[in-house]
Amino acid sequence: MTTTHGVALRTVSLTKQFRGFTAVRSVDLEVAQGGVHALVGPNGAGKTTLFNLLTGFLRPSDGTIVVFGEDVTGLPPEKIARKGVARSFQITSLFENMTPREHVELALQGGSSQGLRFWRSERLLRRYRPDVDDLLDRVGLSAQADRPSGLLAYGQKRALELALVLALDPKVMLLDEPTAGMGIEDVDRTVELIRSISAGRTVVFVDHNMHVVGSLADRVTVLQQGEILAEGTYDDVRRDARVVTAYLGESHDA
Amino acid sequence: MTAPTTTTSVLPDASAKEVHAAITEGRGWTRWALLAVGLVAALALPWIVYPPIAMDIAAIALFAVALDILLGYTGLLSFGQAAFWGSSAYVTGLVAIHYGVPFPVAVLAGALFAMALAVPIGYLSVRRSGIYFAMVTLAFAQMLYFLANKWSDVTGGENGLQAVPKNFFGIELVETDAFYFYYAALPIILFGMWAAWRIVHSPFGRVLVAIRDNAPRARALGYDVERYKLIAFVLSAGLSGLGGGVFAISHGFVALGELHWTTSGEAVLITVLGGIGTLWGGIVGALVVVTMSDQLTSSGFDGIGIITGSVFIVVVLLFRRGIWGTGRHAWFRWRARRQ
Repeated sequence: MTTTHGVALRTVSLTKQFRGFTAVRSVDLEVAQGGVHALVGPNGAGKTTLFNLLTGFLRPSDGTIVVFGEDVTGLPPEKIARKGVARSFQITSLFENMTPREHVELALQGGSSQGLRFWRSERLLRRYRPDVDDLLDRVGLSAQADRPSGLLAYGQKRALELALVLALDPKVMLLDEPTAGMGIEDVDRTVELIRSISAGRTVVFVDHNMHVVGSLADRVTVLQQGEILAEGTYDDVRRDARVVTAYLGESHDA
Repeated sequence: MTAPTTTTSVLPDASAKEVHAAITEGRGWTRWALLAVGLVAALALPWIVYPPIAMDIAAIALFAVALDILLGYTGLLSFGQAAFWGSSAYVTGLVAIHYGVPFPVAVLAGALFAMALAVPIGYLSVRRSGIYFAMVTLAFAQMLYFLANKWSDVTGGENGLQAVPKNFFGIELVETDAFYFYYAALPIILFGMWAAWRIVHSPFGRVLVAIRDNAPRARALGYDVERYKLIAFVLSAGLSGLGGGVFAISHGFVALGELHWTTSGEAVLITVLGGIGTLWGGIVGALVVVTMSDQLTSSGFDGIGIITGSVFIVVVLLFRRGIWGTGRHAWFRWRARRQ
């Protein structure tokens, strides 16, 4: 495919080297607009590095990143976020002293210049109240809205991560292991949540849970040692002999 | 085998509330009660202590409060804050000497100079964090110190800037009597305190706290972290400058020491002693340190550094939240237990 039509995110020979070690090697990735695209691969395959490249947290050693036809290679994270590419973090990354409400207020304000108004009262943030209530309700955190987030249960913190991504109203959502460390019930709830919020958006996610990948992704890219090993639908990929030996074989039925 | 469904925080409830209070403190009657007590104390101060000392306390308190915006709310340890306190003191003094304007105008000029100076210094230092930020700010402040020392035609060099007048619309009581001067200068200090409070409790202040607690997360939410740090740096410099300007006018003299790194160190010490991330801590810290060194000096003791240093060590080891922080913590625990 050489057409750019309907492509939300594209990388061209994207490479990242750390002092002689190549974490991501010449990756050509194409994510269709509106698609739900999974990145899978064993630990150390370069998934999180790829996420950090896509969101500007790392600068690529080589290659380009194009978002909706615009070259964003080398832009800092905040610029990429403002272009409609939002990410969640693999390790829950919150502001422990703030409540979920304050988190979401901060995220809703993020795209605007309101945050620079040092001469105004923080009461200005109350204007987001309906949106905050709505977002916290969608991720099931209404009852926890005003508790310090340091006191939330693990699953609730993961839900808050999703609320923050959603609050940015992104065109592309990059979710780094959204179900990591969750029990079965939380996983099912999170899958449903991702399904509901992915409507009208493009989603790229990393997950080790093949049940999650199988039920959400319409396209799967398998990475191994920083390179694309295989790509296709979940069923294509799980039948691919190379993938079976490299990854799925040992963990699929576990 | 499934992973545990929940991992509850190790934080006990009371301490989380306490931490949380750093952002939304001062709701309801406690805020107004504190403000009233603070205002009465500020007005009563020159009746209780020698008026020039009262002025020192007020000016240094503003200096510490300004530093707390960086140290307590942005997570930046500036070890070169004397650059802004001292340069504003010099500019204030020079403007007062050469233009004969009312002293608040001179102080304003000093503070604006400090802010202008903070733009390039901040631009070059906010990209660093932790100890590197401290070292870069320290280096810039030391550069200014040597510059002021060398440029003695203007600054008076080691002799300092002499004979700074207290012009105040020809009102002789203010211009000659430290007691009345205190009340003429207090509004500048109170404005500075209010500005610090406003900054910390603004949408901007929220972002600062977010950057302090988790800068990469703030970036991922679309915030240009360096820009926010730079603005905080410049605002803090301006408020430090207001304090330094008032200090210069009050003393009628600017010592080279105002630019020395020990002045930066003292501001850090006072802020930590009082409790960082509280604003009030800087005021309490200044009250304690300035009163203590005044008492010790007048008793003929010349090892003030040993005493303040020892007090500092005790506070840091036993009351890590500082004086104000420890008191507030006790208050929250008491209130939580009552509920």
